[in-house]
Order: sequence, then C-alpha cells, then structure tokens
Amino acid sequence: MTTQSEVYQEPEKNIGDVVLDVKDLRTYLYTRWGITKAVDGLNFQVREGETLGIVGESGCGKSMTALTLLRLAPKPAARIVSGEIWLDGENILERPENEMRFVRGQKISMILQDPMTSLNPVFTVGNQMVEALGMYYQEEQQRGLRERAVDILRRMGVAAPERRVHDFPHQMSGGMKQRVVGAMAIAGTPRVLICDEPTTALDVTIQAQYLRLLKQVQAESGVSIIFITHDMGVVAKMCDRVLVMYAGRVVEQGEIRTLFKNPSHPYTKALMASVPSMEEKHVDKLYSIEGQPPALFDLPVGCRFANRCEFVTDKCLEAYPSSFSDDQGHTADCWLLEGQSEWHKVAEAAV
Amino acid sequence: MEQDVLLRATDLTKYFPVTKGLVLQKIIGWVQAVDHINFTIRRGETLALVGESGCGKTTTAKLILRLERPTTGQISLENSDVHQMEGEELKQYHTDVQAVFQDPWSSLSPRMRVRDIISEALVVNQKVTKVEAYDRVDYLLTQVGLRTQQSTLYPHEFSGGQRQRLALAAALVGNPKLICLDEPVSALDVSIQAQIINLLKDLQESFGVGYLLVAHNLATVRYLANEVAVMYLGEIVEQAETNELYDNTLHPYTKALFSAALTANPDSQREEIILRGEVPSPINPPSGCRFHVRCPYAMDICSQEIPVRKEMAPGHFVNCHLY
Repeated sequence: MTTQSEVYQEPEKNIGDVVLDVKDLRTYLYTRWGITKAVDGLNFQVREGETLGIVGESGCGKSMTALTLLRLAPKPAARIVSGEIWLDGENILERPENEMRFVRGQKISMILQDPMTSLNPVFTVGNQMVEALGMYYQEEQQRGLRERAVDILRRMGVAAPERRVHDFPHQMSGGMKQRVVGAMAIAGTPRVLICDEPTTALDVTIQAQYLRLLKQVQAESGVSIIFITHDMGVVAKMCDRVLVMYAGRVVEQGEIRTLFKNPSHPYTKALMASVPSMEEKHVDKLYSIEGQPPALFDLPVGCRFANRCEFVTDKCLEAYPSSFSDDQGHTADCWLLEGQSEWHKVAEAAV
Repeated sequence: MEQDVLLRATDLTKYFPVTKGLVLQKIIGWVQAVDHINFTIRRGETLALVGESGCGKTTTAKLILRLERPTTGQISLENSDVHQMEGEELKQYHTDVQAVFQDPWSSLSPRMRVRDIISEALVVNQKVTKVEAYDRVDYLLTQVGLRTQQSTLYPHEFSGGQRQRLALAAALVGNPKLICLDEPVSALDVSIQAQIINLLKDLQESFGVGYLLVAHNLATVRYLANEVAVMYLGEIVEQAETNELYDNTLHPYTKALFSAALTANPDSQREEIILRGEVPSPINPPSGCRFHVRCPYAMDICSQEIPVRKEMAPGHFVNCHLY
C-alpha cells in the first residue's frame, strides 16, 4: 500500500473531569404566536476529552441549545429564562455581555453547518484568521499571528497552508472551507467545541476525512466536543455519549453502545428503526414515525411524544413522565419504564 | 429481456466548453462532465447513480430530461432516439419522462394552487377538461398519502415531506414511464425520509414506473435500487445489481466510498479507507485511470492506460487494472 490513502487507526481516548455542567437550562422565544419553548429544562454534563452527541429531528431544540451555550440565541426574541451553565468552574450566564467575547473562542467555540456562509467572502482566509487570533494573542505582532494561522491550518490538514492563507473563500472547496472554519474554532484553544452538523454539506469521502481530523484534534488537545447531528451514522462514529432531544427536552441519554443496543424511549427506538441500513438486504418496509412533533408554543401537558407514540397510555396524556435510570448512566423519560425492575425513578418531571 | 429495456444510454458524452474573454469567447478547455457511459434502465425498475459531487450524476439526469444535448452518443427510450424527437413524439416524451428534484421548497410554484400545479402538465399536453384533470388530481393525492381536500391549498401550507409528496403527484400525472429522482430525500428530516422512501417503493409498484435515482446516501440506494452505477469524474467505474455490488465491491473507489459511508452501529468493525485529497478537476482529468492519483492500490500501468470494462460476475462490470 502506498502513502496516498491508508487504512485508518483510531486515536486513543482520555476522558477526564467534568468541563461543562448544564443545569435546568431553559431558553424561550417570545414570538407573536406565544412563548416557544425551544430549550425546556436541559440537564447534562460534558467531560474533558469526551464527545457528546445531541440528536433529534429539526425543530427539537438542538441548535438553540448550541446558541444558548454560547449566549448567542437571537435577541430580543430569545430569553434564557432559567438555568446555569458551569464552564470550567464558572457560571457563564453571570458574566456581563461585554466579557463574553473572552469566553467565546477561548473557552467554548463553534463550527457551523454551512462553511459557505460562515466565512467573509471579501477577505482572504489569512486575514480572517489573523483577526480572530489577534483577540487571543494581543501582545503579538502581525507576522507572528500569520505564522500561527499557517500552523493551525496545517494542523487541520490544509495542504500548503503558506499559500492557502492568501486565498479567498471562493477559491476553496467546501471541505477545505470547513477546515478553515474548524481552524478558526480551535485557534483559541477552547475547552469545549460545539459542532452543529459540520459535515452535512460535505461529500461522504470528505466527511470521513473531516471526522477523522476532529478526532485527531481532540486526541491532541483534549477538547470536549458537543456534536449536533441528525445522522445516526455520524453519532455512532464520533460520540461517547448521546442525548436524544424531542420538543425542547432530553428524552433519553446514555453511553453510546447502551443507547444503540438498548434504546428505551419509544422515540429513540423509532428514530433508529427509521434509518435504512447499508449492511442489510432488502426489508419489506422501512419503519417510519407518523405525524409531526408538536408546535413548541402549544405543548401538551403530558408526554410530548404521546401523539406519535405506539405505546401511549392514559397516563402519558395526563402528566409529563418522570426520569428513570438504570444505574449505568442511562436515563429516559418515559412512563413505560415505571415499575420495571432494572429502572428506578431518579427525578420527578419538572416541566 | 431485451423488450424490458425502457431506456438505453449508449456511449453518452457531455463536454462543457470553458471559455475565456467577454466578447470573443475563446474556448480554452472542456469540462468532461460525462464521458462515454453506457447503461440501461428496465421497465418498472430503478437504476441508481452514486458518486461524489461533480462526478456527472446530475448531468446524466439532465441529458435524459433533454435539458442538455449530448456531445456524442445517444439516449433511446423504447428504441427511439430521445434527442432526435420532434412534434407529437416529443410532447409524448415530455409526458413519459418526469423529474422530482431535491429541494421541495423551490420546485413548486408558490402562486399556484396544488391542484393546478399537479394538473398543469395534463391540461397542456393532453387536452382534457378541467373537471377530468381535477379528478385525476384527487386520485393522485390519495395515492401519495395526502387528502383530496388539500387540493385547493397553496404549497406554503405544506411541510417539506408533504411537498415532496406533491412533487411526486405532479410527476405521476401523465402516467410516465420514467421518473428522474435527483436526491429526492436528502433535504428531508430523518423520520420523514423513511416515509418518502416507502412511498417511492409503493408508487413504483402501483404505477410500474422506472426510476433513475441520483443519490449519495448509500443506504437509501440499497433500499430503492435494483441496479447501481458508481460514477467517478464522468465515468462509470463499477456497475452491478444492488445486492451483488453491496456484498462484493471491486473497484478501489467503490470500496473507499462504501467505507466512508457510516453505519448506525458503534461497534461496526469495517475496514476504513480514507481517501486523500479531493476529486481532481474534470477540465484536465488525470491520464490513464482517472482515479489513480487517489487510489491506494495504484500501479504504474494505472497512470498510462485507460482501464477497459470487464465483467467479473454476471452483470457486474468494473473498470480497473487490478482485475
């Protein structure tokens, strides 16, 4: 085998202490239709060097969660009505707005879905990177910053970065632009990197390169990654733990293997069953979830999945389910688990 | 077997000129979008074209839809040359071959009611009365899983999945023989994708229509297609019946493409080949085998000679010097 392309080896994982601790986070949007509960009572933790996946359909609050973590939720409509975001031992919701620029980029940063719109078309890639780097290394001169930019681009796998820094975004391919965006996101050595569907716009072979790169960056720097996606394949490849979101709430969370082998919430089950498999021969009919998620400004009192759930009972319609856990960090909010031997109640529903 | 063939592409080629200068447009090169490809689509079956962006999948679909003229080669529908058609025959062709596009937000006219969008082709081409056309619309709406009462609504009143259903109903209105599906589900949500994939299968059964499926999601392709052609830089590098191809990939590019596709299984222990670099420019494609610059198994011969098409198993063709 030549050096052109090779069979890939997984880098090793070191998972450390809790870096990000989110407690009862609620972001509501005040619109003319009413209060849209985009993020409604979120609790999770992310450890150092860990990759946490957030999955769910469009409109379930995944992206609003990401924006809330950066305190970038669209104002004035969006308001963080309650909760705490403990990042590196400090609650960033208590920081004044003008200090957030020292948090964003250096403690927590983000890669967006569409690399075409996250770069400025009228500046060269190098200039855009130097602008960002100037924030983090204020004492350094232009020349030093440029060298740093080249260095980070090389780490993100950009070929001939000395020349590439003079390119404008339109001279680059989608995969290359996404690398540049990634380079800018890791430039400030953040503790947490949020990736909001970073590979959805890329081809599969380029996606594979990019995911591998993220893993390498993580192994080198120990950054924690929050990976937002609706692609179960990407989740299986990248994540250590997964949150399944539905209508603004986490309905199930757990370690990746348990969740894929033993999905316990009917929504997670349905979501997994509806993904066609590449490895299996023809099945007669794909499973599909009928109906649509409820409107977030007009939520039912009971379980939010009840109107689409196969196993719905009267209790589901009356009260939002409590959280049940199986002691191995696998939790799900579903009344079906009540009374089952391996599951016990950990929290009353707080809706 | 032979009379089952609905559409046949022979030696199909499309080069786009690359020009320089504003007034005197000098041709300085050619983009070899589709280069001498051959395939057939059988009645009521599905051929899928897979490959990375820029490999010529969509150009092939456009050639079939007569949106582009081929540079050389021909496409024939039931033994008559598509690009020689005129008059009535051409009108019939436009009824027989339909398209459904990726983005259901931009493919439906926002100013027309659903029933007018769906029946437009019928009224224009077949001189039926409005009442007859609307009856057909009601029938099709139920076939694609919508309610007949929804026929007077406008497209903006529907969700993405429902709009893709409308696009399918509009494609089916004239009882077509072939529908070109260009990434029909990739713009939709996961749970909705499964619904549309099921619907596509059901409709194929009840209407007996053939599909040309352009897609990059290999799981969707496995589910829908009878035969798959893998394209790379304008050429078909491997072609086989679906299960044969998925169980026994031969061409290194197909192997890399399949290994890059992710499965929803965290314990999946598949060998992973990650390709270096990106697809080269189709303006000056590499000599010999076009894949040799990225191929992990490249040999000397690969950069010199163009590999010929070989049949490795019945119906399984591959263009590669390894075999």
